[in-house]
Amino acid sequence: MSAHTHHEDNHDHGSYRSYITGFLLSVVLTAIPFGLVMAGGFESRLLTVGVVVGCAIVQVLVHMVYFLHMNSRAEEGWTLLSTLFTVIIVVIMIAGSLWVMYHLNTNMMPQMNHDLLPEQLR
Amino acid sequence: MSMTTQDFWQTEPHHHEEGASTNIGFWVYLMSDCLMFAVLFATFGVLHGNYAAGPGPKDLFDLELVAVNTAMLLLSSITYGFAMLAMAQDNRAGTLRWLGITLVFGLCFLGIELYEFRHMIHEGAGPQRSAFLSAFFTLVGTHGLHVTFGSIWLVTLMVQVSKHGLIAANRRRLMCLSLFWHFLDVIWIGVFTLVYLLGMI
Repeated sequence: MSAHTHHEDNHDHGSYRSYITGFLLSVVLTAIPFGLVMAGGFESRLLTVGVVVGCAIVQVLVHMVYFLHMNSRAEEGWTLLSTLFTVIIVVIMIAGSLWVMYHLNTNMMPQMNHDLLPEQLR
Repeated sequence: MSMTTQDFWQTEPHHHEEGASTNIGFWVYLMSDCLMFAVLFATFGVLHGNYAAGPGPKDLFDLELVAVNTAMLLLSSITYGFAMLAMAQDNRAGTLRWLGITLVFGLCFLGIELYEFRHMIHEGAGPQRSAFLSAFFTLVGTHGLHVTFGSIWLVTLMVQVSKHGLIAANRRRLMCLSLFWHFLDVIWIGVFTLVYLLGMI
């Protein structure tokens, strides 16, 4: 339990510089997608979506490093491990739900099956 | 070579310092909260196009208001960081001052969000209007509820710190609220990106 001997020193509170760095990065990563969407976005819708989502992913990482002080050493690695586990579950849950429900919507709409119905029911 | 049972198994219950496992325990709570938000995000993702011939994002959302709201939450995140730095320097008055500023930003965020909700419901775009709006109000409302409870917790800790000072228990509590507060900012990144920005493209 040597890691917990100096309990007060165990937690990384960060420094003034790291908070300011994280804040400035967050401001830039927020301003880019808001500015882009407010200005109407690129010609290609896909490119706009890509930039907006990309900025969000980078900003989440910035927050985790500079504000939540995540690293591989905190709590002997358990913080990082539980986070990675959560990320995997979240990705499976969101991607899986969207995938299943998209196919449900496109394949099971009642009007899509008109050809399969007997003549008298059309 | 022979290892006695006594050496191999820890027969004595080993003692943890009080609160030694609080941090990891609270982190696991945050991860489970994250899973709950993931379900709400997935629901919104599935239902985001089901307007039921009602208003869509472009009729309802005001991006400038959302940008101001985002700024409020981001500012409250960094002022909470400054409160933690003041705490690390044993500066009780500084900690309380920065916590107070954080609370003001948090309340501004809630005020703007309630104004937005009231405006939408007034226009007939309440949670009952369409599946899209039900999912919207559930997701954004749950985040707002978290900020509300975070603010109540913040006031509680300000009272605790002003009464008992920066004792070990209060430091631990402030550390947990710090994680909670920054975590809510991370969730908000997902909300403004997936709900507001992608809805307006």
